[in-house]
Amino acid sequence: MADPSVTLTVTGGADGLGLPLRHGDCRLTAQPVATASLIAPYPGRVAACSAALAALGLAFPAPGQGLSAQGARIVWAGREQAFLFDAAPPDGLAEHASLTDQADGWARFLLQGTGAEAVLARLVPLDLRAGSFPQGRVVRSLLGHMPLLLIRAASDAFEITTYRSMAGSAVHELGRAMRATAARG
Amino acid sequence: MRIPCPCCGWRDRREFTYYGHETFLHRPAPDAGAEAWDDYLHNRENPAGPTRDLWYHDPCGSWVVVARDTVTHAVAGGEGLA
Repeated sequence: MADPSVTLTVTGGADGLGLPLRHGDCRLTAQPVATASLIAPYPGRVAACSAALAALGLAFPAPGQGLSAQGARIVWAGREQAFLFDAAPPDGLAEHASLTDQADGWARFLLQGTGAEAVLARLVPLDLRAGSFPQGRVVRSLLGHMPLLLIRAASDAFEITTYRSMAGSAVHELGRAMRATAARG
Repeated sequence: MRIPCPCCGWRDRREFTYYGHETFLHRPAPDAGAEAWDDYLHNRENPAGPTRDLWYHDPCGSWVVVARDTVTHAVAGGEGLA
């Protein structure tokens, strides 16, 4: 039985971390994760998952790929794993894949500014220049020592997703890198 | 050192966890005898030169068999595991 005297309050993964941050021309903002379903297809069922996702105008993404349609978004998230954002899993998908609601397990940020590449170069062991990391590309990598799902949202903006339990450390590390990059002018 | 991941391409070594020689892929039959099992569990070569070992790509969850040279540190390539 629910206790009527208890009120549960929804909080975001980036609450209380002092966002938005601004250093130089770079701005770090919170991007709340409203819905996030991790889709892990059962062995050999990727095509069946794509067929079920067609109801949303989506398909199961290839490594490094993200797809959007009708306000929903699916993003590759690891070997035979993808996140479905901003939509409920379509009917029939659960027959072909393990689905877990992970919306409150992740924290998401947007880093925007002409110096964003230089900021992330201090924390991510990848070449994030536009030539090798174009708009829309998705990678799993590291933010310092933290697990990272990184998407290039625009020529000067990156969507940064990490474990919610590490959101404070992520903001600390990003803020330090932003400050140091801005200090170099 | 950079290691090829079957999903993600060449990535920095710090994204990987080392799991030792590929011996772990050659598990003896249950009745292979104590000597074979002792070898499998405990005995490893320490080659100066080409070797093949197992690496786990933490960000994406792929296992890779990496062919590399312990003398030159050259990484010749990698194969994903099923």
